[in-house]
Amino acid sequence: MMYDVIVIGAGVIGANIARELAKYELNIMVLEKNLDVCEGTSKANSGIVHSGYDAKPGSLKAKYNVIGNVLMEDLCKELVVPFKRNGSLVLAFSESESATLKKLLDQGHKNKVKGLAILEKEAIIAKEPNINKNVYQALYAPSGGIVDPFELTLASAEVAFLNDVSFQFGTRVTHIYREDDAFMVVTNRGEYKSRTIVNAAGVFADDINNLISDTKYRILPRKGEYCLFDKQIGDLVTSTIFQLPTKEGKGVLVTPTAEGNLLIGPNSEFVDDKNDTSTSEEGIREVIRRAKQSVDNIPMPFVITAFAGLRATEKNEDFVIGEADDVPGFFNALGIESPGLTAAPAIAIEIAHMVAQKLEAKQSDNYIIKRNKTVHFESLSIKEKQELFLKDKNYGKIICRCELVTLAEILDSIKRPLGAKTVDGVKRRTRAGSGRCQGGFCSPKIVEILAKELGKDLREILKSSEKSTYLIGLDKDLL
Amino acid sequence: MDNRDIVIIGGGPAGLAAAISAYHAGVSDILILERENSLGGILNQCIHNGFGLHKFKEELTGPEYAERYVDQVHELNIEYKLETMVIDITEDKHVIAMNEIEGVIDIKAKTIILAMGCRERPRGALNIPGNRPSGIFTAGTAQKYVNIDGYLPGREVVILGSGDIGLIMARRLTLEGAKVKMVCEILPYSGGLKRNIVQCLDDYDIPLRLSHTITKIHGKERIEAVTVAKVDEFLKPIKETEEYVTCDTLLLSVGLIPENELTRKAGITINPKTQGPIVDSNLETSIPGVYACGNVLHVHDLVDYVSDEASIAGQKAAMFVKNSLISDDKFAVIAGKGVRYTVPSWIIDDSSIAMSIIRFRVDGVYKDHFVTIKLDNEKAYHKQKRILTPGEMEQVMILRKWIDAKPELKTIEILLEED
Amino acid sequence: MEKRQLTCINCPLGCQLEVVIDKGEIVSIENYGCQRGIEYAKKEIANPKRTVTSILPVIGGELPMVSVKTRTDIPKDKISECMHCLKDLKVGAPVKIGDVIVKNIGNTGVDIIATKKVDKKND
Repeated sequence: MMYDVIVIGAGVIGANIARELAKYELNIMVLEKNLDVCEGTSKANSGIVHSGYDAKPGSLKAKYNVIGNVLMEDLCKELVVPFKRNGSLVLAFSESESATLKKLLDQGHKNKVKGLAILEKEAIIAKEPNINKNVYQALYAPSGGIVDPFELTLASAEVAFLNDVSFQFGTRVTHIYREDDAFMVVTNRGEYKSRTIVNAAGVFADDINNLISDTKYRILPRKGEYCLFDKQIGDLVTSTIFQLPTKEGKGVLVTPTAEGNLLIGPNSEFVDDKNDTSTSEEGIREVIRRAKQSVDNIPMPFVITAFAGLRATEKNEDFVIGEADDVPGFFNALGIESPGLTAAPAIAIEIAHMVAQKLEAKQSDNYIIKRNKTVHFESLSIKEKQELFLKDKNYGKIICRCELVTLAEILDSIKRPLGAKTVDGVKRRTRAGSGRCQGGFCSPKIVEILAKELGKDLREILKSSEKSTYLIGLDKDLL
Repeated sequence: MDNRDIVIIGGGPAGLAAAISAYHAGVSDILILERENSLGGILNQCIHNGFGLHKFKEELTGPEYAERYVDQVHELNIEYKLETMVIDITEDKHVIAMNEIEGVIDIKAKTIILAMGCRERPRGALNIPGNRPSGIFTAGTAQKYVNIDGYLPGREVVILGSGDIGLIMARRLTLEGAKVKMVCEILPYSGGLKRNIVQCLDDYDIPLRLSHTITKIHGKERIEAVTVAKVDEFLKPIKETEEYVTCDTLLLSVGLIPENELTRKAGITINPKTQGPIVDSNLETSIPGVYACGNVLHVHDLVDYVSDEASIAGQKAAMFVKNSLISDDKFAVIAGKGVRYTVPSWIIDDSSIAMSIIRFRVDGVYKDHFVTIKLDNEKAYHKQKRILTPGEMEQVMILRKWIDAKPELKTIEILLEED
Repeated sequence: MEKRQLTCINCPLGCQLEVVIDKGEIVSIENYGCQRGIEYAKKEIANPKRTVTSILPVIGGELPMVSVKTRTDIPKDKISECMHCLKDLKVGAPVKIGDVIVKNIGNTGVDIIATKKVDKKND
């Protein structure tokens, strides 16, 4: 079988590109090495929709950030993805720090960011009463927002899937070579043939590019650690609170998430291992210390979990978007670090357009925009809850008590397009197990439901990856 | 909408005992709401023995202890709903619940008894650095797999925290064929019962590493090892003592937290020390007619005491329904030096009650100290204890005659003294 | 002469009892805090016993497993043998609390009994 396009990577970039490509009459395959979408860089990040003042004017980062910020709102509406334009503040604590705010403001104007303003202390505290009272001035960006990165990725992948894009999970690309006019993509699960390739492999995008192109890139994975807090304190701040950017990036932020938790992080540390998403004691301590500079009364007992993600920092520190000079038909979306999430809708349109032009593809007439809405039972009124129950009794059975997730929602997460196959897959789609008990009560139930739905034994059910089993045998097996 | 005299939230040991005692106190319009598919609560997965020594003067397993109460509930025809989750309690005592048969249920209760129990502190609350692989369980989750489902979570196990569930699971996993390599406890003493240390660890040569903690989790997919380190007197890990211990399973037994999300939503005042509602000696919370008992109130170490406490809540709730409670006046109970908290926080001024039990925990290990009860600075009780530890709940009696002897009484203080 | 150390379980103090034994007879007990320590050491040296609890699969039951225990305690050194005897054993539903599951487990003279009721599954 010959594909028109193979997209490597099902993160937020790959999934959005697949969705945009699906608007053309093309035969598309997405290859993902993990067992689910959004398992790499897209999984662990701040979920911020940046307004665009901090990218260098003239850079690709600036260009796609500002367009992406505008596109995001409608896209999230279309895909039914949690998004909120909550605005952002960059804090300055002295007059000298305020000089940097002015620079950011100028930069923002050059990048054509709308609505930027410098706020004085009183206005800041009126807006965010929990902020450190030593604040001097802040740069306010009303177009800043928050989005659920997983939902954005999943929804894009689902829509792509509904429009006949194929997905292969657990499929790792090991070699690429040319055969006549096509690419042969060699994986751990066999070879795939395609006329074009889109490289959206996150921190591994340099490795993929270097398999076939002589223009070599190098991604230096840069780790960021976070702490996530209970929803009980999700409204400690309403805007996204930044500190002054440094060489290492935008610094530690304090923000509500699109799901209503409070998030602090990330720090910044270059690491050698592209799989190293471990947290460290020093790292978390640094994140807490620096977050407290912005909001001094963060109640630490409400921490639910700590996690780390990797930024795909290319050594030239800008996005690499487009066809490789020496390999016609091979397109890169490489070096996509912050503001990559914001830029994703814009990058996707651009790449899809380039590929379609290359293949002289026509726009498809029967593109389906709508995905089946997912139900978020907890947020419904009593009346709405009862209405749903009357349609499906499984809405009466609560599986996750902390996040109030019903059996119906869990079954839907497994059965819907690109459904969950792992416990983390269910958790990320439904939030079951992501609350204050962290799955202590519901994970055994979810393991059981997955086993039943997938026709497997409890011992075969995985947390996320292929070796991440929960149970190794029956009682007394080892006696 | 349904109307009920007493709605009990939770069908574990506390809820069952409260229901039975309310029935015997003369109220039969009782409804128990239980979220799981059977009555008995967490006792169902506590298949070890040692329950009931105080209450029944014999050693029962958890399911046997539960059965005694479940049988009574059946005999008395007390109504209950299983797989029914309460999603809201309102200040005017509406209980909103859900189940698969009726959907949303709205019950207007004359009284509510909170008996939701507690949950385990998860890993996130500890912030152990490292990866987030599979193979990390709270001790109770592992207990469910091993004792209810019949599955073994791992081959080589390290346990963090020496709470009783962790100790009990060390023995259970060993008996079922796993190798438990060690139990690490960050404090210089164990929070578990001595009997469990001997019979669950020493019997099987499982080392208990006091003043040790886990500083890193290794393994990307399934856990492969942990770094164990000794801690200094400030509980800070000492780098030079770090040791790499291979394992495919890590069990966490690092504390229990009363489940009071519903309580908070209803606007009931919570004691930050216990994470449970503040109650008076009738076990009434800050909302009149709402009572609390068992682990939702404060974490107990013996179920026997849960049953006793819940009986009081049931009885008082029944009296509230029948309008036969005498007094609203109360004396404050103060947790003095060395005492972390007391339950209750108030004693009702009711001359018909000959004595009230005060349960408390101390804030450290105290040898040969005196437990003192002061009524407005005057000692009413002063008794030496050979040892007091935070792991063991203590109790004292406040005698009515002491109160009667002090007409101007304002506060009652429980404290520890060296002599 | 053999010196054995025992932790007394009677109270949280956990006295580290030092027991000297000669040919199975206790010569001396030291480091006890109270009389209960002496009684405990005597019993633990002469004949340490424990109750064993486990679970077994149920065939045709409304629950997959049933919890069981030794009716009384058994000698400590028989625990492992007892567990091995339970391996591969299955119980038919219904089961009541107190039902004998295995008679005289591992020749201890003690029966394994059910500690939970499991009714037959209605299909």
